[in-house]
Amino acid sequence: MSNILSLRNVVKQYHNHRAVNGVSFDIPKGSIFGLLGPNGAGKTSLIRIITTITGADEGEVLLDGERINAESPKYIGYMPEERGLYKKMKVGEQLMYLAQLRGMNKTEAKEAIGYWLTKFDNKDWWYKKIEELSKGMQQKIQFIATVMHKPKLLILDEPFTGLDPINTNLIKEEIHRMNQEGTSIVFSTHRMEQVEEICKDIVLINQGEKILEGKVEDIKNQYKENIFRLEFDGPFPGDLRSSDFTIIDDSETDVTIKVSEGHNSNELLQALINKGIRIKSFTEVLPTLNQIFIKQVEN
Amino acid sequence: MSKLGLIVRREYWTRVKKPSFLLATFLTPLAMGLIIFLSVYFSTQMGNTSQKILVLDENNILNEYPLESKLLSCDYKDVDLEVAKKSYIEDGYDLILHIAPITDIMSKNYDVNYYSKEKLGFASIEKIEESLEKSVKKYKLEKSSIDKIAYDKLNTKVALENGLINSTDEDQQGDTTSTAAKGIGLALSYTMGFMMYMVIFIFGGLVMRSVMEEKLNRIVEVIVSTVKPFTLMLGKLIGVGGVGLTQLLIWIILVPLIGLAVIQFMGGDASAMAEANTAQSEEMMKEMASKGLDIPNMIKEAATLNWALIIPAFIIFFLGGYFIYASLFAAVGSAVGEDQAEAQQFMLPISIPVIAAFIMIPAVTDNNDSLFVKFVSMFPLTSPILMPARLPSGPPIWEVILSIVILIASVIFFVWMAGRIYRVGIFMHGKKINAKELFKWIRYNY
Repeated sequence: MSNILSLRNVVKQYHNHRAVNGVSFDIPKGSIFGLLGPNGAGKTSLIRIITTITGADEGEVLLDGERINAESPKYIGYMPEERGLYKKMKVGEQLMYLAQLRGMNKTEAKEAIGYWLTKFDNKDWWYKKIEELSKGMQQKIQFIATVMHKPKLLILDEPFTGLDPINTNLIKEEIHRMNQEGTSIVFSTHRMEQVEEICKDIVLINQGEKILEGKVEDIKNQYKENIFRLEFDGPFPGDLRSSDFTIIDDSETDVTIKVSEGHNSNELLQALINKGIRIKSFTEVLPTLNQIFIKQVEN
Repeated sequence: MSKLGLIVRREYWTRVKKPSFLLATFLTPLAMGLIIFLSVYFSTQMGNTSQKILVLDENNILNEYPLESKLLSCDYKDVDLEVAKKSYIEDGYDLILHIAPITDIMSKNYDVNYYSKEKLGFASIEKIEESLEKSVKKYKLEKSSIDKIAYDKLNTKVALENGLINSTDEDQQGDTTSTAAKGIGLALSYTMGFMMYMVIFIFGGLVMRSVMEEKLNRIVEVIVSTVKPFTLMLGKLIGVGGVGLTQLLIWIILVPLIGLAVIQFMGGDASAMAEANTAQSEEMMKEMASKGLDIPNMIKEAATLNWALIIPAFIIFFLGGYFIYASLFAAVGSAVGEDQAEAQQFMLPISIPVIAAFIMIPAVTDNNDSLFVKFVSMFPLTSPILMPARLPSGPPIWEVILSIVILIASVIFFVWMAGRIYRVGIFMHGKKINAKELFKWIRYNY
């Protein structure tokens, strides 16, 4: 599968600090990709390079196989973390302006805006000023402004901050739909639970450097610690503790057990059965991205 | 349409379509016309109502040499002041003019009292004083042994005009303008200087606020992901400048029209008055002429100015001055956050050359040759006000051209410099900025 975006050894040096230090990764076409990292890790600097706002000092960025250039913004949709609109401008005028800046002609723009406004049941907003709209409505307009030119690559920087639950769902649905229609999506966030829910691939950066990359599944498996959760009926025999198995959490109906290195889940199950426990369920506990993230960042 | 074109168009139309723009554009010249009309009208009308005066002159000066003003109708009576005070209103007088006995008729100062129900206005007092002085002068002439004809010849009228040293010297050509034209030139210099001054602060301020707004509501990040920050800034400068130029052109057309209308109206007014009271209107016209309001002559003299140079050159300086200052304002707007006080701190140094230039206008219109005048009308921060101010008095053409060349080079430099600050500034949030920081940004390589 070819890549929609490839970064090769990208370096960005600001006056007194290196915001991006030799970062390389690929974003496969059609994926929903998570760009993760704590605040100040260099996410926004990277996005600004990809969106052609600033240039990289070293390395190269390829969009659909081509070095990014003045034409690239046509194919990119970008919703920054801190976002705004011209408050005094009318919705229609504003979207027309932004669409034309993205390279659409007037007819295309009018059609696309009409489509999206109808989709969000806001056809009659065309002549309303932004300042007359509620915050939730403004967020919808911002989203339309980001996607109306049918970008190949959609970059969303902390897209759900400040969104109400209804808009969050609406936009999640739209993102999935667009993804199915072939748009590649980049999520930039420090909120891991959202990433787990949405993204298949991630890259984790910290202090300007890439520290982790891959499929969410693979990463979780890579960082799993042989922890299992057991639900049971009846009493739990207290003498399971041994050097082979460590109970790290327990309650009346379930228990979480870490299997020491050199042993496996079958041995644990065997031991449990031998003790006569009535097992209701038995599952492996994979680390959350949050846990992996904290562990990696602390390292 | 190019992206720059799109930005220019948005910046231009969103402002021109605003009702406030239309109001300011059409009402400002109307208001100015009205103010000029009213001030001229009142200055000529004041004291024009004729007054009936009861004159009690205990020295018999006015009996022999009556007050000359046609607006004052006087009766000279020999009655007691106290009696007159009681009955003057019934007798149909507006006031009593009482000249007490004067011991030394040849004295330089006379004190004369008037009595009336209401205090006299400044213009009326001046008029009566003037008439009294004339009558007393005639009386004194008569009483002294000075010959009236010889005395009249003592009054000499001198008109100081600038002559040509060498009729082939081109530099001197503009200097043949008459004194009256010079007066008009000075007024024109001030008008142009004032327009420039207003444009710098109004439209420069507009650019600054617009940059701050985009930065604060963060739309700037979306825009610069489609165009270079420099393009956005340049588009803004051109768009807002276009608004200023539109307003200027409308004013260039509208102001003379309104001026003509005012003159027409005043003229019509005067002739209407002439029918009713020839004496009054004659006096008014004379008065207007003595105050330098000889309108037909003014129009004639204004036509002798070199408009073919003044108008295009002014537009060039207007645009140049606008671009230099607006780019500075854009840089400031990008650097500061929501803190208005912070913006003020940077605006002060920008304002100083503008204000200084405005104050210097009379100095540069007067002498064309000093090094100082040459310098300030070439220096790009003052030349947009001071070179146009020199235009009516016809400066050497090479100086105008050199000044324009320096101006254009400076526009390029200032816009470039502002662009360097702008591209860093729009992404700076929550950091206190000082001048040193701004200079650092200019040198940054990203």
